[in-house]
Amino acid sequence: MKVLVNTKVNGTPVQEAVTPRSSLADFLRDDLGLTGTHLGCEMGACGACLVLLDGAPVHACLVLAVQAEGGTVETVEGLTETGAVADLQENFHDRNALQCGYCTSGMLMSAQALLARNAAPSRDEIRDALSGNYCRCTGYEAIVDAIAATGRARAAATESAQAASANTEAAE
Amino acid sequence: MKLPAFEYLRARSPEEAWQLHSEVEGDAVYLSGGHSVVPSMALRLQAPSRLIDISGIADLHGVVAQDNALRIGAMTRHAEVMDNPLVARHAPLLALAAPHVAHPAIRNRGTLGGNLALADPASEFPAAVLALRAEIEIIGPEGSRHVPADEFFLDLYETALAPGEILTAVHVPLPPASRVFAFDEIARRRGDYAMVGAAAQADLEKGMIVDASIAFFSVGFTPVRAKAAQAALIGAPLSRESVARAQASLAEDLDPPDDPGFPAHRRLQLARVLLGRVLNQMETRP
Repeated sequence: MKVLVNTKVNGTPVQEAVTPRSSLADFLRDDLGLTGTHLGCEMGACGACLVLLDGAPVHACLVLAVQAEGGTVETVEGLTETGAVADLQENFHDRNALQCGYCTSGMLMSAQALLARNAAPSRDEIRDALSGNYCRCTGYEAIVDAIAATGRARAAATESAQAASANTEAAE
Repeated sequence: MKLPAFEYLRARSPEEAWQLHSEVEGDAVYLSGGHSVVPSMALRLQAPSRLIDISGIADLHGVVAQDNALRIGAMTRHAEVMDNPLVARHAPLLALAAPHVAHPAIRNRGTLGGNLALADPASEFPAAVLALRAEIEIIGPEGSRHVPADEFFLDLYETALAPGEILTAVHVPLPPASRVFAFDEIARRRGDYAMVGAAAQADLEKGMIVDASIAFFSVGFTPVRAKAAQAALIGAPLSRESVARAQASLAEDLDPPDDPGFPAHRRLQLARVLLGRVLNQMETRP
């Protein structure tokens, strides 16, 4: 028997009847056509299916679609279309931080959540945040580089914005 | 794999939950965070006909300091256990254990109650509640009861929970300010199950250990209290000699299984090394 689910996906309210056995990942991919969320292991080990649920990264393969009731979901489509991760994407590109790209949407979710919490993470902290994300191509080093570079750039941008506003206040 | 088909129902109260549970005798599973239930279904380790979502039951939520104990609701996610200031202050072993539990995304969904109800012997929280001498709050058709952690973990994935009962909260006795805590584990990689892990707390008076509570995990079918090691410490100062005595007595406490490629004697040796580490961490705590 299908269950009605009300949720918000990438800013758009969604109401759909879903079968209970559908994972959030299947719901996003098959019902909503958001195929940027990738399915790897379907048992919570590889991290390819990470999405943001109420702002925190979760495995879309381990969350049932029915459990997203009342929640807010952001997928890689949402984060890229709003430009929220444009700098991360740029740095992943610059550092060749992907090869086949299957893990990348999950990596972006973990990276975005880490940088939101900790603007200037150490390499160890980045590796810890990525401990549930498998990449079988890159050897991770370039991914850590790209996230560290994004963190530094964002921290510098925040600092100069604060300095600019302090200057404006001083001028007034 | 995709999950086998099942019926999904939401319970708004404990009464509704066990009513729905009893309708399909032996074939219903409660769902909180779902981070053990869902993968076990994906792996076809179980295929219940009905999942009863208990995450909306109000009684399972919240962290509250009460008269003598900190009540941590069963729905408290691992990430909240890690960050909650009341947990850090009153139940530090849980806060210290949380970063070792799986990976960040798992910690955002997995719940403390679900973790304890599963009773994975390689998991961190069961040993932490044992060392904290916590009580498990259970509610069921027969009423509500508190079970000491020492009597809760019975065997491999087997607990004091009767069919239909719900683990509602954990009660951690409020510690005196002087109590010291330490938690550590030895794992091959970050987020992997530990080869061996330990949670410990001790009370010191004038430099002498007057009480010690030590629990190991990944050493058998349940988390294990290290009674002989505790006894070896009580009445002595925390010193090289008392630590060595506690390490030597661990053979009486632990009887780890002989795994292919990981013999029991090696696990016991790692447990001794780890006990030394956690006791030294206690010593260096401010």
